[in-house]
Amino acid sequence: LKGSKISDEILEELEERLLMADVGYPTTEYIIEQLKQSKTNDALETLKEIMIDLLSFDSKLNSPDQPPFVITVVGVNGTGKTTTVAKLAAYFQSTGKTVVLGAADTFRAAAIEQLREWGERTGSTVIYHSEGADSAAVAFDAVSHAKAREKDVVIIDTAGRLHTKKNLMEELKKVHRVIGKVVPGAPHEVLLVIDATTGQNGLVQAKVFKEMVDVTGIVITKLDGTAKGGISLAIKKELNLPIKFIGIGEGAEDLKPFDAKEFVEALID
Amino acid sequence: MFENLQERLSKIFRSLTGQGRLTEKNINEAVRQVKLSLLEADVNFKVVKEFIDSVKAKALGEEVLKSFTPDQQFVKIVRDELINIMGKSAATLNLRHHPSVIMLVGLQGSGKTTTAAKLANYLRKSGRTVLLVAADTYRPAAIDQLEKLGKSIQIPVLTGDRKNPLIIVQQALEYSKNSQYNTLIFDTAGRLHIDEEMMEELQQIKQLSNPDEILMVVDAMIGQDAVNSALEFDKRLNVTGFIVTKMDGDARGGVILSITHITGKPVKFIGVGEKIDAFEQFHPDRVAARILGM
Ligand SMILES: Nc1nc2c(ncn2[C@@H]2O[C@H](COP(=O)(O)OP(=O)(O)OP(=O)(O)O)[C@@H](O)[C@H]2O)c(=O)[nH]1
Ligand SMILES: Nc1nc2c(ncn2[C@@H]2O[C@H](COP(=O)(O)OP(=O)(O)OP(=O)(O)O)[C@@H](O)[C@H]2O)c(=O)[nH]1
Ligand SMILES: [K+]
Ligand SMILES: [Mg+2]
Ligand SMILES: [Mg+2]
Repeated sequence: LKGSKISDEILEELEERLLMADVGYPTTEYIIEQLKQSKTNDALETLKEIMIDLLSFDSKLNSPDQPPFVITVVGVNGTGKTTTVAKLAAYFQSTGKTVVLGAADTFRAAAIEQLREWGERTGSTVIYHSEGADSAAVAFDAVSHAKAREKDVVIIDTAGRLHTKKNLMEELKKVHRVIGKVVPGAPHEVLLVIDATTGQNGLVQAKVFKEMVDVTGIVITKLDGTAKGGISLAIKKELNLPIKFIGIGEGAEDLKPFDAKEFVEALID
Repeated sequence: MFENLQERLSKIFRSLTGQGRLTEKNINEAVRQVKLSLLEADVNFKVVKEFIDSVKAKALGEEVLKSFTPDQQFVKIVRDELINIMGKSAATLNLRHHPSVIMLVGLQGSGKTTTAAKLANYLRKSGRTVLLVAADTYRPAAIDQLEKLGKSIQIPVLTGDRKNPLIIVQQALEYSKNSQYNTLIFDTAGRLHIDEEMMEELQQIKQLSNPDEILMVVDAMIGQDAVNSALEFDKRLNVTGFIVTKMDGDARGGVILSITHITGKPVKFIGVGEKIDAFEQFHPDRVAARILGM
């Protein structure tokens, strides 16, 4: 494939690779169309450039001038939110920041215990209530605690919820409203966690979460498997949401800043 | 994003009304629409190709029945073929031993622990005495999670030494031998199909416990990569079937066609919510309509 000019065969091969990586038909057609118009002598390299271009955005975190920096982590069930909260905690700790975690998943069995265990492992304070408690109240306490004790970062773990469940999405909006009352302008980052294995539904997830809670960025988890996370190209193209981090394992250190070039190479090969 | 498949097909076939047979030209156009619809539903690309070829062969030269319009007839061919693939074998649990062992396996976060409790609750209704076995010693609070779920439905959870899955399984087998429990459900840790060591652990658990059922739990939202993990789990463990979770969302569930086509193993149940009773038998006809977006 390397160094090949554009031909029907090459285009078909590249289209297949994109579809097999979950990029989805509309975005794949868009990319292939751009490739066709490029009249390049190296189809593969040009394809990569087009994709890197599509994925170019600022993935810096929107940290405020004044602490606390408040981050909420949201998404559908089982994508890796709680683990991502732990990874972010470890990341901030390693840069010398003090971290508070809010156990606002009060619904799933032992979600609180899971976060508390991560709190211990990463040396972060965990603010929690009991199972079944109001998640907005937990978020309120976590952010208030950080403000009062002058902690640097607050990361709120929220319950997994399908974007189709209206009442659960309303609950999430309430969590965000309450946070904004304690720290005006917060949450500064709303990270939507998408599992790399996710297919076309990922675009719908991003669309609804963005509408409901102003998502500021995507974290793609489980990229240590064989799935490529191609739906994030569709998410970027359709919704202009940047990818901020990738998850590459189950440990607290398995988080990396997003790198478009690496991501595209892995997706295409 | 897309027009309903039926609408698109009816446009294609409109010109055909009154003619006797489905012709190659309109079949090709119709097949393309089905292909797009299946890709949109996350059916694996290679599975789509094979599926389309077989539909084409069946449709070509088919007599248009008096009672159908050509598009209805074409949709019927597609649906029948989908149901044929997804419903090949009877999807009942085959529990023969005392105790019967059911092992739940799968990728991280697919819904194994929740499904263990759902399945325990379901089987108890049919008169079985169930013991849940907490064989995930890796994920933080996985054992607590299963214990809480068990407590909420009053089904006991064996946690053994809380450290080594093989020892826990061994303890469960010994404990249940002369006990009232005739069914053991193992909750195992989520793992990647390419994790050699972790996949070997499952093979060891299998060897130790001789399960009646090894069910792979699969997330309905999964895309093209589903076939890679399903094939590897099946190759290593010879799974007896699948449980597809999170079907209460709006994912079209094309994964069901992909995995049943590629492994020949049936989907036995679906998960339709986070609550314990959000658990149903699988109906291929309903899912066929859903995959086609109808
Ligand atoms: N291989 C791999 N596994 C991951 C990664 N991130 C999370 N996981 C695993 O995925 C599973 C689910 O992770 P959680 O963090 O509990 O997911 P969640 O989104 O909080 O789940 P809910 O709160 O139930 O919605 C766990 O087994 C994690 O260890 C990753 O980057 N790679
Ligand atoms: N909406 C919905 N959520 C589900 C369903 N089944 C499981 N879940 C949720 O999916 C998330 C993950 O479920 P778990 O049972 O913890 O998944 P797991 O496979 O045991 O995860 P690991 O042990 O980390 O690999 C939880 O938030 C569950 O409540 C379902 O059918 N529908
Ligand atoms: K998942
Ligand atoms: Mg969680
Ligand atoms: Mg589990």
